[in-house]
Amino acid sequence: MMTDLYQSQRAMRQMRQQAMQRGVVAILDVGSSKIACLVLRFDGTGKLADDGSIGSMAGQTGFRVIGAATTRSRGVEFGEITAMQETERAIRTALQAAQKMAEIRVDHVIACFSGANPRSYGLDAEVELDTQEVTESEIGRVLNACEVPEYGAGREVLHAQPVNFALDHRSGLIDPRGQLGQSLSVDMHMLTVDGTAIQNLVRCIKRCDLELAGIANSAYVSGISALVEDEQELGAACIDMGGGTTSVSIFMKKHMIYADCVRMGGDHVTGDISMALGVPAANAERIKTFSGGVHATGADDRDMIDIGGETGDWEHDRRSVSRAELIGIMRPRVEEILEEVRARLDVAGFDHLPSQQIVLTGGASQVMGLDGLASRILGQRVRLGRPLRVHGLPQSATGSGFSSAVGLSLFAAHPQDEWWDFEIPVDRYPARSFKRAVKWFRDNW
Amino acid sequence: MRSLMRVFLPVRHREKPLVRKDARFSSAETSGYVAKPAVTLDGHGRMGRDAPRRIDPAPSRLNYRIQRWMLTPGIRLGLRIGVPLCLAFAAGTAFWADEARRDALTGFIAEIRASIQERPEFMVKLMVIDGAGTNLAQDIREVVPLDFPVSSFDLDVAQIRDVITGLDPVKSASVRVRPGGILQVDVAERRPVVVWRTRQGIEMLDETGAHIDILTSRKMRTDLPLIAGKGADGHVDEALALFAAAKPLGDRMRGLVRVGQRRWDLVLDRGQRVMLPTTRPVQALRRVLAVNEVQDMLERDVASVDMRIGERPTLRMTQAATEEWWRIRNPDGDGQD
Repeated sequence: MMTDLYQSQRAMRQMRQQAMQRGVVAILDVGSSKIACLVLRFDGTGKLADDGSIGSMAGQTGFRVIGAATTRSRGVEFGEITAMQETERAIRTALQAAQKMAEIRVDHVIACFSGANPRSYGLDAEVELDTQEVTESEIGRVLNACEVPEYGAGREVLHAQPVNFALDHRSGLIDPRGQLGQSLSVDMHMLTVDGTAIQNLVRCIKRCDLELAGIANSAYVSGISALVEDEQELGAACIDMGGGTTSVSIFMKKHMIYADCVRMGGDHVTGDISMALGVPAANAERIKTFSGGVHATGADDRDMIDIGGETGDWEHDRRSVSRAELIGIMRPRVEEILEEVRARLDVAGFDHLPSQQIVLTGGASQVMGLDGLASRILGQRVRLGRPLRVHGLPQSATGSGFSSAVGLSLFAAHPQDEWWDFEIPVDRYPARSFKRAVKWFRDNW
Repeated sequence: MRSLMRVFLPVRHREKPLVRKDARFSSAETSGYVAKPAVTLDGHGRMGRDAPRRIDPAPSRLNYRIQRWMLTPGIRLGLRIGVPLCLAFAAGTAFWADEARRDALTGFIAEIRASIQERPEFMVKLMVIDGAGTNLAQDIREVVPLDFPVSSFDLDVAQIRDVITGLDPVKSASVRVRPGGILQVDVAERRPVVVWRTRQGIEMLDETGAHIDILTSRKMRTDLPLIAGKGADGHVDEALALFAAAKPLGDRMRGLVRVGQRRWDLVLDRGQRVMLPTTRPVQALRRVLAVNEVQDMLERDVASVDMRIGERPTLRMTQAATEEWWRIRNPDGDGQD
């Protein structure tokens, strides 16, 4: 099982290398409400400015966005593909428009999605070093020594990142290679998702004649782009409020240490409006976007909104509601989402982090007055986050709804070391499986 | 109250109010503005129901593949360069396939060529020869038969120069077309320095030994020294050095004879000869002249002075001189006793 994972992830890494050599790669954010596609061109490694400072682009100058397109998503619910034909068409639409803008054919795509019940696991292991020095193979050995929990059949490991190394009693090492010590231990964060969701996405992308060069969780990548560097270092939670899901990721020391997903989002708010007012979903979305809010004031009672309708009944189509009523419909749902997020953060032990910054991003975070409501529910330090600036990104794609697409481009340019980037020590592998067999035998007899 | 519908309906403004005190009634016809009702009553033009629109914005699979194919860099390059190249090649081939068209084109080109070449600016009308004597100029005009006027494009100046240089009396020549339609030929003639007498006849040579001209008689150029013998023309410089050294002999000099293609004999009047060695003949001649200066050796009755072996110069006396010498050595008798 682990070997399969190794093989497939390695194959994707290799594909990514190929894409980097060719210099063009597409970024695909498959969301519940929109599908965003960016075409990136890699032109050499990012260089620092002449004076050695990191510059206004935060060092992200290795690539350039040459094509960008979005289309309304279809066949995606809760961040998972439910109607493959529809999703395939939507991906084709977005990709064709982005290719046309970039004026180049793209063969490799890196995708992210948010749903599929992500679950985080913390793994750790400790090994005695053969020699005194920590080498690449020793790291591979300690990573391989991690005891993988039973994460259930039909689930796949999406990310497995070593977040902390400890050498003897010195903890908090980012890169222990070349250092001397007796025993090396590692803490690893592993994220599993439903295997079928990944397979559906892979199938969809294959049907568009594309090669999948990488896959990521959108909670992770939106955290990369929406959190600034010190927030990632000191500890922060990124809450990506999408259409169908609200993803939560917690960062600490520039590594993601927890990710989860609430299966509620902006589409549910729209659905509530649609149900309460008896209007089509398109009208409800429009009303939400232009007049929505979560904090009613006295003036909102007098602000009447024409809600429209297409039934043909003149009286029915010309109703209007006050903005206060609209807020009364929206607010409970937004509160429910935020309460759910609060629960997830509590489960993850977010209270114990040294800094408890919370960053709201995603398309649904643009509701007026959301930061006030969120600070009441989630804690005092809440801000609205927008994605990092990258070269060539069109103005229309700089909104908070694009933080996972931008984050995925950053991820494509600077991927983090994952478990499968280190070699499995060949001599250990049969020994471990033998040991496991003995363990199974002992447990069952 | 904010209307949601209003967004869909275009709001139109008139430039001027149609009815009021300052209304311009004429503007209604001339400005081309037609006041239309904002809402049509036939049910079209509202909410995007006016035409059977394509609801699905997604490209078809074929459309998607074709577009991807057209965006492939190789295909784009092929379409941008390869296709025009192939078309041009095909058109060219089709044109050249017909012989009549081919001939017409070559004829046309030749015509244009001729019309340019035969412009009066390019015509050469006469040839001017500088630095050559009358005979040589005559010869040059004979070997370069041009019937003027001729176009300067048809003149092969280098070839004309080679022909002129090929003439014996010409040392070097430069040929160019001067402005004004003149073919300028500058010739440097060879200067004769010796007369060479062979069994075939008498000819003049220059200092390099090159043949210049044939003389019918030695008397035509008495001012030039005479050499003779086979292979003498190859060593004219040596001969000239010897003549220069033999200047004190004055009128007595007759000439130099090349013997055995190897060495020189200096021939004086009265049949006297100075036989010079193969190497360093000038030094040997100087020794002879020095002896002559002191002892008037050559004034005496000497048949030849043999300087071929430097350590042993030898004199040969004439018959009469020998008998006279014997008589002096033996004054009493007739030499027989």
